[in-house]
Amino acid sequence: MADIELLPHNVPSQAELPELVEELTTLNLGPTHPATHGIFQNILKMDGEKIVSGEQTIGYIHRAFEKIAERRPFYQITTLTDRMNYCSSPINNLGWHMTVEKLLGVEVPKRAQYIRVIMMELARITDHIICNSILGVDTGAFTGFLYVMQKREEVYEIYEEMCGARLTTNMGRLGGMERDLSNTAIRKIHEFIKSFPPVLKELEKLLNRNRIFMDRTINVGSISLERALSYGFTGPNLRAAGLDYDVRVMNPYSSYEDFDFIIPVGQNGDTYDRYMVRNEEMWQSLKIVEQAINNLPEGPYYADAPEYYLPPKQEVYRNMEALIYHFKIVMGEIDAPIGEVYHAVEGGNGELGFYLISDGGRAPYRLHFRRPSFIYYQAYPEMCKGSTLSDAILTMSSLNVIAGELDA
Amino acid sequence: MLTNQEVAEALLEKFGDQVFDFEEPFGLLTLSTTREEILSLMEFLRDHKTYQVIFLTDLTGIHFPDVPGKEFMVVYHMHSFIHNFRIRIKVSLSEADLHIPTATGLFASANWMERETFDFFGILFDGHPNLIRILNIEEMDYFPMRKEYAMEDATREDKIDALFGR
Repeated sequence: MADIELLPHNVPSQAELPELVEELTTLNLGPTHPATHGIFQNILKMDGEKIVSGEQTIGYIHRAFEKIAERRPFYQITTLTDRMNYCSSPINNLGWHMTVEKLLGVEVPKRAQYIRVIMMELARITDHIICNSILGVDTGAFTGFLYVMQKREEVYEIYEEMCGARLTTNMGRLGGMERDLSNTAIRKIHEFIKSFPPVLKELEKLLNRNRIFMDRTINVGSISLERALSYGFTGPNLRAAGLDYDVRVMNPYSSYEDFDFIIPVGQNGDTYDRYMVRNEEMWQSLKIVEQAINNLPEGPYYADAPEYYLPPKQEVYRNMEALIYHFKIVMGEIDAPIGEVYHAVEGGNGELGFYLISDGGRAPYRLHFRRPSFIYYQAYPEMCKGSTLSDAILTMSSLNVIAGELDA
Repeated sequence: MLTNQEVAEALLEKFGDQVFDFEEPFGLLTLSTTREEILSLMEFLRDHKTYQVIFLTDLTGIHFPDVPGKEFMVVYHMHSFIHNFRIRIKVSLSEADLHIPTATGLFASANWMERETFDFFGILFDGHPNLIRILNIEEMDYFPMRKEYAMEDATREDKIDALFGR
């Protein structure tokens, strides 16, 4: 910014000036500031409008999930995973199921894997539209946000059709899904595939080449690839810095190897690149959903694993074995092998890992969630050092820090 | 493609008996080392010309109260993007001496993960720039993820574990 030239008649004489003391302002950004989109605090040291240093305080919604998980049977932990990244809870749920299935050695049928892919990619779209449209709101473009919210609503209706819930979905079961895709769900997914592109194009038209948006986001909050890797960035934020690491491609799970999609990468790791990477990822997710729904295999939607998957309710009343299995599963008395397993899925924000240690008991001996937000958010002070406060808000917004995932 | 065998042999050659307990649960190379060697081991893997295990995926702790002398364990997960190769490194610590050198000099991401591990288990990362609690309140005077702290209120008598299948 050019320095303001003071005209001679405005300059007071040296004698009139009070003695200047250099002092930094302390500014509390959060914990409940609307611009932080979640409950966490940043204590910023400001030199005028510029940020000199920042200190983060997190843990405001810490709910001790890892401790609670040590007392719960495996299927009850799904509800905990919902509440981590609540913008894309199906990814958390299904990632957890896949971890336990890996431990138990349950093979999930193709149809269930495809349904899971559809749900996870829809969840990725909802996650990214929130992030990108909120970034628009933070730059002053409120309208786009309202348009895409309607599309998120439609995805939530698909969730409702699948599992009855909207936000904290508790979707899927060990060994498959809890129900097949209903005709209504299939119709709604097809409708969504048709109706989403025009809306996303409109959002793109509003922001992608918008002069104000570009000026506000290009070279704002950038991070080099080397620093991003050191800080443990994954997901869209790492890809924006220029590395094409995606768990879906590198360690394919749930039949991701069957689908044709590309991984968008950025160059500068700045806010604009993060926006563009997420934007392109939505197109790719939509492509995956389309491929999955058109090539949906026939067959069962759950594995043939009666000791882990609940029998149909009618069977429970008539069949002794089904009753026993039902009782054992509900009471959490399934036989889990001793072992340790690390399973990662590509969450909305990056590599969402589950490190599970089982001692053969009904609950995990230890369960650790690798939460992407928690790991990359520590880079935030470095990223916004020297920028203005309003740019720092954009940087935070584009990182898509979800408070639930941050604190777990 | 990097195989577990290859890396395990290279590590054995470099570190000798300082790396031990090799395992492959679900295909993931797992090994143990001592806290004296952990930093040089991670640095070796990170700076190795061909392996390039440059990414610290995860760092966490585990409590094993029933294993005398090895009550605590710190677990590191590392990842090489070039070879799509993951490795898990474990370091056991005794309850009497919960010190381990910090990895913040190697990976910036270790900072909060080590704070979290300290917060939950009380493991002391020597040389950490800011080893204070991160998720729990600073006034807390115990380490909640240790096994001796039961989840539920210990004074309640109406919740009998046997009745709930625990």
